[in-house]
Amino acid sequence: MAQPAMARWLIWAVVGLATIAVGVWGALSLWDSTTVPSNLTLPHLQARDYFTAADLHRASSFENFLHIDAFLAQDALVLALAFYSRWGPRLVRESAAGRIGTGFLLGMLGFGVVWIAQLPFGLAAQIWEHEHGISKVDYLSWAVNDWFGLGSKFIFVCLALLIAMGFAGLTRRYWWALAAPTFVALAALATFTTPFLLPSLRPLRGQLLKADAALFARREGVPGVKVKVQNVHELTTAPNAESAGLGPTRVVVLWDTLLHGRFSRKEIDAILAHEFGHLSHDHLLKGIGWTAIFAFPLAFLIALATRRRGGIYAPTAVPTALLAYVLVQLAFLPAHNLISRHFEAEADWSSLQATHDPAAAQAMFVKLARLSRAEPSESGLVKALFEDHPAIIDRLAMIKAWEQRHPAAVPAASRPAVTPGAGSAPARSGASGRGR
Amino acid sequence: MAAHPIRLAVADDDLRRSRLTVFFRVLLFLPHLVWALLWLVAVYVVAIINWFVTLFSGTPADWAHRFLSRYLRYWVHILAFLLVAANPFPGFTGRPGSYPVDIEIDPRARQYRWATGFRWILWYPALALYTPLGVLGSSNSYSSSPGTAVIAGILGWWSALIRGRMPQGLRNLIVYGLGYGAQTFGYGVFLLTDRFPNSDPYAVPAVAEEHDHPVQTVVTDDTRRWQVHVAFRYFTALPHFFWLGIWAWYVVPLLVVINWFVMLFRGRTVPFFQDFFAFFLRYTTHLAAYLTILADPFPGFMGRPGSYPIDLVVPPLVRQSRWRIGFRIVLAIPALLLASALSGVLSAVATLGWFAAVFTARMPVGLRNLGVFVLRYVQQTLAYSFYLVTEVYPYSGPAAGPPPPPPAPPRDWPRGEPVPGWPPAPAASDAAAATPSEPRAPGGPPPPPEPPPAPPA
Repeated sequence: MAQPAMARWLIWAVVGLATIAVGVWGALSLWDSTTVPSNLTLPHLQARDYFTAADLHRASSFENFLHIDAFLAQDALVLALAFYSRWGPRLVRESAAGRIGTGFLLGMLGFGVVWIAQLPFGLAAQIWEHEHGISKVDYLSWAVNDWFGLGSKFIFVCLALLIAMGFAGLTRRYWWALAAPTFVALAALATFTTPFLLPSLRPLRGQLLKADAALFARREGVPGVKVKVQNVHELTTAPNAESAGLGPTRVVVLWDTLLHGRFSRKEIDAILAHEFGHLSHDHLLKGIGWTAIFAFPLAFLIALATRRRGGIYAPTAVPTALLAYVLVQLAFLPAHNLISRHFEAEADWSSLQATHDPAAAQAMFVKLARLSRAEPSESGLVKALFEDHPAIIDRLAMIKAWEQRHPAAVPAASRPAVTPGAGSAPARSGASGRGR
Repeated sequence: MAAHPIRLAVADDDLRRSRLTVFFRVLLFLPHLVWALLWLVAVYVVAIINWFVTLFSGTPADWAHRFLSRYLRYWVHILAFLLVAANPFPGFTGRPGSYPVDIEIDPRARQYRWATGFRWILWYPALALYTPLGVLGSSNSYSSSPGTAVIAGILGWWSALIRGRMPQGLRNLIVYGLGYGAQTFGYGVFLLTDRFPNSDPYAVPAVAEEHDHPVQTVVTDDTRRWQVHVAFRYFTALPHFFWLGIWAWYVVPLLVVINWFVMLFRGRTVPFFQDFFAFFLRYTTHLAAYLTILADPFPGFMGRPGSYPIDLVVPPLVRQSRWRIGFRIVLAIPALLLASALSGVLSAVATLGWFAAVFTARMPVGLRNLGVFVLRYVQQTLAYSFYLVTEVYPYSGPAAGPPPPPPAPPRDWPRGEPVPGWPPAPAASDAAAATPSEPRAPGGPPPPPEPPPAPPA
């Protein structure tokens, strides 16, 4: 009797190891497929050389509050879900639905509990951004919109539970092996359809900008990709851009806050080239690849965590599944941010290669940091947990490194002047797809 | 009369609600909405096929009948959940008996082919009534107004969130609206029956209840109508419009304000005000019933108690809480909102009743009873909010209190002469409920009905 068991165990071990090996190989391949020279050495720069002391102080105080707030919000999230994983199963009595329907209810209410727990921190961040002139949304509108925004999360959690609990109905223990590829397929579908779901889009106007967009799209190897403008000026003053879509749906989206005269044409060109860089290097597709690599362990760990509650087959296990999901996501967050920064660095490099205009890139980055009150240099835990874009100082360093490699490409007149308070540069991530 | 083939079934009377699920009720409804819309694609195809099958064979296809019944039941479940008429999260299959607010649907039966062929026209009156009564509401280029069930659901949502309970009257009003909606769509779209929807709240046992409110309607109408009189109803009412205008524009607003101050300082009003507002409430009840075809005789101008087939009982003068008087208009906002929504129902009742009475010389009893309910609620709201004749909150249960008398049986009985043996003597409990409190003269209820005269030889 022991021998078949041993054989089965061995087979599973071999399959598991092979899967891990494939995952590691895939991860290494994705990580290495970058056009940023591997021997590129970034020079050490000082933020005070680009920003005034007042800028640095303002950015530091602004971001410190947001970071503390985000830390507390994460704590509240975990505490709320820990509480919910114990108390939530009682809510089964509130359902007249079947197994999966009851799972839906518990999943949605879990998100509801999380929303309630995080509301004070979200409101604090909103007030802070409002006070600093970043957000233009009044608090009541923000709260109401945030509440209605839960609707899409509810739909998402229902779809996810339908897949997980549906497969658990077929195979109680190994649902995760079937669910993970389904989630990846859905992620691909979501990426593909994102351009159709972005609100308030309009075509890019202005012949010069349109000509520049077409030029850089060609240079980046993605001719025909459209550029659209998203009207967000009623919500925020922060400038941003993003790329979205897959294949025929690919699009670059500029926030209209970029086009209100605060950025020069060359600076906008640098942003456009950056976003085209994301598309030309298939960052969104690679992002799906990374999702595939993380989806299997994520689903497996959730299956492991819910086993004591009867597995995800039982609706009473849904609160525990939510807690496990959030904890595993938190554990993966530094890796996620690292990969994101890797993509951003490649897009920055690609932009420089396309524009050959480091002065414009530098001016754009510094200006963007100042307008969004982004701290130029982040490190340690904050960088690991919150920063999915390279620090501004690292992006400026890349410009310097590019200049050192292409001295002939930079006319003396366009060399960036190192004058504190006179520069520029992009900072924060986009709302969806890949931001700057 | 046999029960309608599509019937409301309320499995439990538990009015407690989970505040957590109430708070997120709209969002929890979203997955159901998505599923219902996906399901609708198939329903659309099946409904068309079923129409042809019913038209040619005279009987709906069995599979289509079951499929469409499930979908209709599913909508009742999820709307009851959305509007807080029930507490549990509903299932996704519309299984019979799986939800506290459910509908029972009879098996398929033979239907008249002509009625099937012209169903889309025939069901229009039912749809016209359901629009202000249910969840559809009405909208045009300038404004939109949600249906009564939606307003009741919003008010119930607040109440359930604050108190953890759904008010019974609101719950009954919502489920009544849902039941009528199920009959409407079961008749007009899904062809589950060829029986026209029944709007009579008293025909729905699930919402019938005993409820004592000091402001109560007393109905002695026999549903017979004089067609010529109905046809020119608004012209004949012109003298009343002048008379009402005098009171409503000049005298009543002034007296309302004075009465409010008097009551705020004294805690009770003076007999003059009580008598005056009792008169005015009765008079407007008579006039509204006349205009909306709920009753036939031309009403008097003095609102005498017992002088009209649709009458109003107004309570005697009592002391009231000064706090409640001070904040009365704020407290009355939910009732005013609901009364406003219900006034749309009364308009539909009047329009449909006008056509029915002109062509058949009868007011359909279901429409009449629905109209009486609306009139009662509106008058209770006015009595509570402005005239301050009672501090009992308006009650929104559509079938509260004793049922009105059934229609007089002989269709050709001479008008103006009493029908022998009608109205039937009410049961003892009904009679007690019809006179909730002893009114002070002259604002009292009508005298008990005379015993029916002996039938003519």
